Amino acid sequence: MVSAIGNDRNTFWESLTRGCHGFREITLADTSDLQYRMGAEVQGLSFEDSFDPGSRELLDRFAMLFLLAAREAIADSGLEAAELREAAIVTGSSLGGQSTEDELFRALYQEGRRRITPFAVPRTMANAGASHLSIAIGCEGPGLTLSTACASSTHAIGLAFWLVSQGVVERAIAGGSEAPFSRGHLKAWDSLRAIAPDLPRPFSLGRKGMVLGEGGGALVLESLESARRRGAHLRSLLVGFGMSSDAGHITKPSARGAARALRAALEDGAVDRERVDYINAHGTGTPLNDVAECQAIQEVFGDRASRLFVSSTKSMHGHALGASGALEAAATVLAIENRVVPPTANFLEPDPECPLDCVPNEAREAETRVALSSSFAFGGLNAVLAFAAPPP
Amino acid sequence: MSDALASKVIAAIAAVSKRPIEDVKLESTFGELGIDSLNGFHLLCELEEDLGIVIPDDDARDLRSVGDVVEKIRPLVEARSS
Repeated sequence: MVSAIGNDRNTFWESLTRGCHGFREITLADTSDLQYRMGAEVQGLSFEDSFDPGSRELLDRFAMLFLLAAREAIADSGLEAAELREAAIVTGSSLGGQSTEDELFRALYQEGRRRITPFAVPRTMANAGASHLSIAIGCEGPGLTLSTACASSTHAIGLAFWLVSQGVVERAIAGGSEAPFSRGHLKAWDSLRAIAPDLPRPFSLGRKGMVLGEGGGALVLESLESARRRGAHLRSLLVGFGMSSDAGHITKPSARGAARALRAALEDGAVDRERVDYINAHGTGTPLNDVAECQAIQEVFGDRASRLFVSSTKSMHGHALGASGALEAAATVLAIENRVVPPTANFLEPDPECPLDCVPNEAREAETRVALSSSFAFGGLNAVLAFAAPPP
Repeated sequence: MSDALASKVIAAIAAVSKRPIEDVKLESTFGELGIDSLNGFHLLCELEEDLGIVIPDDDARDLRSVGDVVEKIRPLVEARSS
């Protein structure tokens, strides 16, 4: 786990449970003419110490963020590289190595450079994280990268889950990463006017939008049989994956599309909705998303909706676009394991249009039997994961 | 209010909405012209570039009609010229 609120699982979880956010003024790009200055940048990480100079030359920031997260996840799994030789690697990223493109294209167009480094293409490709991981650990199984905007790594984890549950592979490393802080990309978001000038306040009155974040997250998935055979510590069970497309507007969220994905995840996992206790929401903090998402939850859960905990951890780690799903899946797993529901931070007061228990500002101690992690992307592509507490 | 700024805004809105300029009136709403939020933000982006102004996000979210746009950006254009 690498994020603005922690560069390892424990620090990430401690920040989430304390309601600490990672927003500061953006330092990685010039924001002087933007309508926002805040972002959730990864702090206190030395890429120089983590990667040798030869590797760094080939790695965009987004790929390094994924590789660091994957190293931690693999170490935590207790699996040796040889045991992952046949595993799948599935990653998600919305932007790939756009920081590299931004930097090199500026040199080409603005500074008059005539040549671009041959490292540009391998640094920029969206599958760089997956490819470098397979090389690093000698993993020869299926490898692929999905790009579905803000749902990228949720789709990646879901597809990896299906590869394992269908018996295509016994193990998979799945997640994603994003490094969105380049001047060109920040200017593009400025024009969309979806970014809050201060803090994201999901589901709260007074919310003005999302705030961008960066990071990387990875999970090691393993068939239950294999995990039990080797006596692995089970943090949670991934039991269902649902997808849908809004078939509506390219940026406007749809309650109907979100509801369809929520239902699909429950059906895939044969989960009774009465057993769902927590939803780690998409919860961007834009006025439209949060209302549509609450409507979708109410439509799917009926009376149960008012008894669910629904929190947005984007209020702390920021909207890390294609990496969000991986960070939030991890938060969901940790919520089940630690019997604590992370809060929605920066919450001011309830919005009558978001009439759910959004766990404002303070974590709650609560046992979670089943939890969902939702991602509803621009473009109307939706993905939901269902996690359950492992059997005692 | 047939002035140069209003004419410029009307021309920009006609271009964004892909409609003949005669169809765009000051009282026309974005809804009537088929301009959704994304196209609306595209319009503001074009006007900002053309007029050398910055339209604050909070103001941008309140715009509903052609006349709203003219009224909201007039002081910004005047401030830039003075």
